[in-house]
Amino acid sequence: MARLLVYYAHPGHRASRVNRPMAEAAAAIEGIAFVDLYRLYPRYNIDIAAEQARILAMDVILFQFPLFWYSTPSLIKEWIDLVLEYGFAYGSGGDRLAGKTMMIALTAAGPHEAYGPRGLQHYPLRTFLSPLEQTARLCQMRFPAPYVLHSALKASEDGAVDRHIAGYVRLLEALRDDRYDIDRAVDMQSVRSDTLPIRGKG
Amino acid sequence: MGELLFLSFVFLCAGVVAVPVAARLGLGSVLGYLIAGIAISPLLGLFDVDVISIQHFAEFGVVMMLFLVGLELEPRLLWQMRSRLLGLGGLQVGLTTLIVAGCAMALGQSWSVALAVGLVLALSSTAIVLQTLNEKGLMKSDGGQGSFSVLLFQDIAVIPMLALIPLLALPELAGLAHGGGHGAGGHSGEPHGMSLVDGLTAWQQALVTIGAIASVIVVGSLLTRPIFNFIAVARLREIFVAAALLWVIGIALLMTLVGLSPALGTFLAGVVLANSEYRHELESNIDPFKGLLLGLFFMTVGAGIDFDLLTQNLWTTVALTVGLVVVKGAVLFALATIFGIGGSDRWLFTLGLAQAGEFGFVLLTLTVNNAVIPQALADQLLLVVALSMLLTPALFILYERAIAPRLNVANEERHEDDVPNGSIIIAGHGRFGGIINHMLRGLGHEPVVVDYSSAQLDLVSAFGVRVYFGDATRPDLLEAAGIESASVLVVAIDGREQITGIVRHVHRNHPQVKLIARAVDRQHVYELYAAGCRDIIRETFDSAVRAGRSTLEALGEHPFEAERKARQFVEHDRRHMVLLADVYDPDIPVHKNAAYVERAKQVRKETEADLRGKEASFSIRAERGWAPPVEQNAESDPRESGDFAADPARSG
Repeated sequence: MARLLVYYAHPGHRASRVNRPMAEAAAAIEGIAFVDLYRLYPRYNIDIAAEQARILAMDVILFQFPLFWYSTPSLIKEWIDLVLEYGFAYGSGGDRLAGKTMMIALTAAGPHEAYGPRGLQHYPLRTFLSPLEQTARLCQMRFPAPYVLHSALKASEDGAVDRHIAGYVRLLEALRDDRYDIDRAVDMQSVRSDTLPIRGKG
Repeated sequence: MGELLFLSFVFLCAGVVAVPVAARLGLGSVLGYLIAGIAISPLLGLFDVDVISIQHFAEFGVVMMLFLVGLELEPRLLWQMRSRLLGLGGLQVGLTTLIVAGCAMALGQSWSVALAVGLVLALSSTAIVLQTLNEKGLMKSDGGQGSFSVLLFQDIAVIPMLALIPLLALPELAGLAHGGGHGAGGHSGEPHGMSLVDGLTAWQQALVTIGAIASVIVVGSLLTRPIFNFIAVARLREIFVAAALLWVIGIALLMTLVGLSPALGTFLAGVVLANSEYRHELESNIDPFKGLLLGLFFMTVGAGIDFDLLTQNLWTTVALTVGLVVVKGAVLFALATIFGIGGSDRWLFTLGLAQAGEFGFVLLTLTVNNAVIPQALADQLLLVVALSMLLTPALFILYERAIAPRLNVANEERHEDDVPNGSIIIAGHGRFGGIINHMLRGLGHEPVVVDYSSAQLDLVSAFGVRVYFGDATRPDLLEAAGIESASVLVVAIDGREQITGIVRHVHRNHPQVKLIARAVDRQHVYELYAAGCRDIIRETFDSAVRAGRSTLEALGEHPFEAERKARQFVEHDRRHMVLLADVYDPDIPVHKNAAYVERAKQVRKETEADLRGKEASFSIRAERGWAPPVEQNAESDPRESGDFAADPARSG
């Protein structure tokens, strides 16, 4: 059993169409920890000591959020700024997170094709995630491929949202039960509900 | 005096013993009172007590009840009910009268006697039904609303009945009759002869009657506010109670004088006042009187049963009672079906109204006095009426236990819509509560605001805000303001004892209500915490912190720095607060509370450090975050290149 923590961050929770049901599904899974960051810190008063204690007790830390301007919602950035302190997460003596796994589950409004040299977004999605990937690297954490839903605002029409949520639940349960092939995921660009690298039956 | 005390003692004793027992057995208070009445009837007989005159007195409880019902019913709602009122009510009275009269003729009565009997038995018991519906929380259900429409129509219909019955007089009984003649004396058996309309012509009578109703409406809607404001200045609770009673009794008297039903008059006054900010206060002042008088009334019904006559005619009486309930029930069931009252509500409506009512007693007395019905028959009918009323709580229990559980599944969903989502009560509308109300209203919420200061009321009423006058520390007023179904109560009054009192009461009796309380100072926070509140706002703390932050900014501190320090201070202060609140015990003086003393010492040490401005715990924590790392350790980390100095994660 891996100790798994889901950090959910969505400032527009009330109007969310994909992330909210994802978060609700995640919160209902037994044996994992779930934190709604905007609910816990509505006034951005992040408790550094409490957050550090929380992640020390975990093996996998997963951030679930909608992609805003090629980045995370601002509270996750605030969390990273404050919690991943020098001497704790990096720098001299800063190896407390070494060996853990940091993972991303994000939704993007743009279609898959847009993320490329000819697309509207010009760069591949992973390019925008490289600050997060490098953050994980500096903290000596593994960074498996993100779990992604493209065209998230139109996805509910063809049942893609339901498939994505079901896949999310399978992903989290596999992480919890050590059935998720993190080594394989590290080499992938991104994973979708139909490409989850889960070992055994699943 | 001695007799009054004795009677009060007997009735109170019987009620206090029987009602809790009945309530515990799930029988409802009405059945408890009825049984209590039966139990004390031998005793009352022994001392030759005039039960009937006590009953007439107690009927005033029905008048008060209709006033309270009116208070709950805004004119708009009443207007919406009009088709049901006339349709359901009119058809119920008409059909039941005809069928009962038909049965009576079949049993060999003459048409006039049969018609009188039909009228007497068509009426149901407003007292029992409304009391039971309220007690069981069924008033708002479809069946409850339908029942109310019918009862209201019946109350109105009594007036023409009172006028009609004397016309049915039998010539052969006329010689025996005594009194009589006075047609519309109201139903409460008031002394005949006191009347404003005697000796007037028909159109003068009509004019006086209309004038009386108009004056109730005008006084109710225009003069109530100034009058109650005037009384409120005295800030004496008993004067307010007296004024409320005066109001109800005055209207009842006026209605009696012009020959209208006092119940109808007070109901009308209640409707007029339903939108008033004094509604809750009136409700909670009248309610205890209503409850006691109704209880007395039910006991007299129980005590009035003539057991000698009952044992002599046991089977006839039982057969007549059952027959009556079946006939009335059949009519009600058919009407409910026609008017689309479905599911379990149809049965509630059918079983709830299938009895004869207290108006029956009044009409029966009238019929005998006017030589319409022979005495023997009237005595027999009196038994039937009483017995059917006695049967009603049993029918409600039948509905509750056997019918509702099976049919209620489909109703569940619609019921939820009826409950207003997230209702808020704000106690106190001064400098504190006023802002809360302003904010919440701006966001589309409609808090119920309760305040004791009429000056405050005038101020905000000018802006169209609905505020209710009353003393929020009184449990019954909170009840009237709807604490039972509220989701949040904001205690925003001043006065620390009063605040703590409300918090303690609500936390204990309505644990489902979320509490937000205003605290006067630190010590008060601990008291409120001990009383069960977890959302405690110190009334001046936040503004003081903001002033501190402004001071830092005025000194030239970067605003974000100032903000962070202020936040850290709040955190720090809060931690101390919780630390002490946890061990505070209102029953032990703090200096004898060892755990409290221990923690207080620690807190004091840290606070002193803060005040001295040295080694301050919170200001050290405020430095955390966004600070550059300590440089001397940089070289020991092989991962970092010299180009980035100590901190590759930050660009300086």
